[in-house]
Amino acid sequence: MSMQPNQSQDGQKETLFIDAISQALWEEMERDPGIFMMGEDIGPYGGAFKVTKGFIEHFGPERIIDMPIAEEAFTGMAVGAALMGMRPVIEYQYADFISCAWDQIVNVAAKYHYRTREAVPMVMRAPSGAGLRAGPFHSQSPEGWFAHVPGLKVVMPATPYDAKGLIKAAIRDNNPVIFFEHKYLYRRLKEQIPAEDYTVPIGKAKVQREGGDVTIVTYAAMLQTALEAANKAQEKGVSVEVVDLRTIYPLDKEIILNSVAKTGKVIMLYEDTKTLGIGAEVSAIIAEEAFESLDGPVLRVASPDAPIPYSPPLEDYYLPQVDDVMAAIDRLAAY
Amino acid sequence: MQVKPLDLGTKELMDIYYLMRLGRAIEDRLNLLYKGGRLPGAIYLGTGQEAIEIGASYALEQGDVLAPTHRDMMSQLPRGITPREVFLQHYARAGSLTHGKGEDNYQGDLKRGTFATVSMLPDFYPVAAGAALAFKLRREKRVAMAYCGEGSTSVGDWHEAINVASVLNLPVVFVVINNGYAYSTPVYKEMKVANVADRACAYAIPGIIVDGNDIIECYQETKKAVERAREGGGPTLIEAKTMRMRGHAGHDPATYVAKDIIDLWTERDPIVRFENYLTERGLLNEESKKEVVGRVNEAVEDAVNFAEQSPYPEGKEAVGDVYAA
Repeated sequence: MSMQPNQSQDGQKETLFIDAISQALWEEMERDPGIFMMGEDIGPYGGAFKVTKGFIEHFGPERIIDMPIAEEAFTGMAVGAALMGMRPVIEYQYADFISCAWDQIVNVAAKYHYRTREAVPMVMRAPSGAGLRAGPFHSQSPEGWFAHVPGLKVVMPATPYDAKGLIKAAIRDNNPVIFFEHKYLYRRLKEQIPAEDYTVPIGKAKVQREGGDVTIVTYAAMLQTALEAANKAQEKGVSVEVVDLRTIYPLDKEIILNSVAKTGKVIMLYEDTKTLGIGAEVSAIIAEEAFESLDGPVLRVASPDAPIPYSPPLEDYYLPQVDDVMAAIDRLAAY
Repeated sequence: MQVKPLDLGTKELMDIYYLMRLGRAIEDRLNLLYKGGRLPGAIYLGTGQEAIEIGASYALEQGDVLAPTHRDMMSQLPRGITPREVFLQHYARAGSLTHGKGEDNYQGDLKRGTFATVSMLPDFYPVAAGAALAFKLRREKRVAMAYCGEGSTSVGDWHEAINVASVLNLPVVFVVINNGYAYSTPVYKEMKVANVADRACAYAIPGIIVDGNDIIECYQETKKAVERAREGGGPTLIEAKTMRMRGHAGHDPATYVAKDIIDLWTERDPIVRFENYLTERGLLNEESKKEVVGRVNEAVEDAVNFAEQSPYPEGKEAVGDVYAA
């Protein structure tokens, strides 16, 4: 799977999703000596996914700190260091382990500024998502949990360009930001991205494909599923617009509502479990603020309310597929 | 940096005496206000713990940071948190350090080196370790200190924080106020070890037990730990044995504590003990004691009046400051 490569231009470089993140981290650490990293196996080993490969050799063990298995501790330590004026970036080896740090994130990091007006600038990186036959404990999409916690920002890019620009924006943000990296995209998605420094604003969605008949609102790895479905629908004469949220919280309502006004039909496509997830929120916003624009029901295409299974046929059944999106498009065609 | 001596001079001793008296008086008044229904929320008092509350915190220098819990209001007094700020916070007024957002003792001011705690304890053990890490990375000779009760030592954060702090040799002092009870649960139902400090060996750091009602010992042992941390000697665990002389919170009459236990600890009252210490050294007499108590009462009276006359925040401010700019 790969994005349509952009026309190769001067200063552009074809870059994998994972390398876009590594490069951004590297460049930010070069820019600001207040940035340092904590995580498990991020030092000489370079991280479970090798995002920080070569970092400790360049930045040294004081800025690339291998941690014992202690997610609560190093999350709380990030809060403490941030309050002392540093800009810590921490890595949870898999997003699944972020639940081990739940209390520090939700009770300490998220609520500190609200009470004291002291900023907590920290980034929590977490490789999330399924599709790698990794089973119930290495595949989860926990973004919905954290999007429900005021005080946190939740970012989830779908392209190398956005991954690089958004993690830079996250590091420069003065709030605790959880940055979910869909690990299925790490080495499967590449595109031309600029060599020069740039950021992508947190809280802004993006229309990844324009269309007039149906809107698919999605994010992260499901963008690829949405684009594939959009191409298939085009063959049947249905024009699909694809909105990539990019940031889960704060949600870009404006871009969603603009698209709904244009198409009147919406599919919310996401990999997290269906009930009480991002899709429910987007549907509710549309119901509250764009009711008059709707020509059909808002449909959710998402994972079933079950843990993520290991066996390939089980996981394939579990994850939303292009055919599931096509079925939703067909259903909306009746309206 | 002005560093306090291990053997405190007269001025410091009298400062400490004032702070102990002030802490006790603030808590007595908070108790009355709570019982009279004058406060919107709860109270968590550390009465009986004055020696460790003030003695350990007093060992810090300017630039150091302290992470207290909700029972440790008194520990913030040596850092410069004022009686007015304490009452504004309890009265939930706009001018409080948390602008009415945080409850009772959940306040702090980083400019004066104190964190605002949360209810989940000891969540600020890792946070203090993180502050210490920042100091270490920047080569600053600053120290972080975190407080918690013995109840918190059953929580994973406690062990994770001490372990990491030891592994990274961080300038942090961990103070455990062993006051006999985690809410209603006595120590023997909390742990099998005889002393919390015994756990220090598991992390290869010093574990020191102090008489939590003897402020000189509390100060001196903490002071040694603070300066060891400052000089690169790494973390220390200090266990102060004391007694929580009131219930867990204002609503709790603590009928689960036998009266003879309270009687025993009443005889060990840290303020009376310190008064005897000062009197024996000719530093305190009835007249100077009266003078201190008078100043304390004046400060408390002023603070209560100030807080009562201060405005509440406007309702709409409930949604402000969720995010930093």
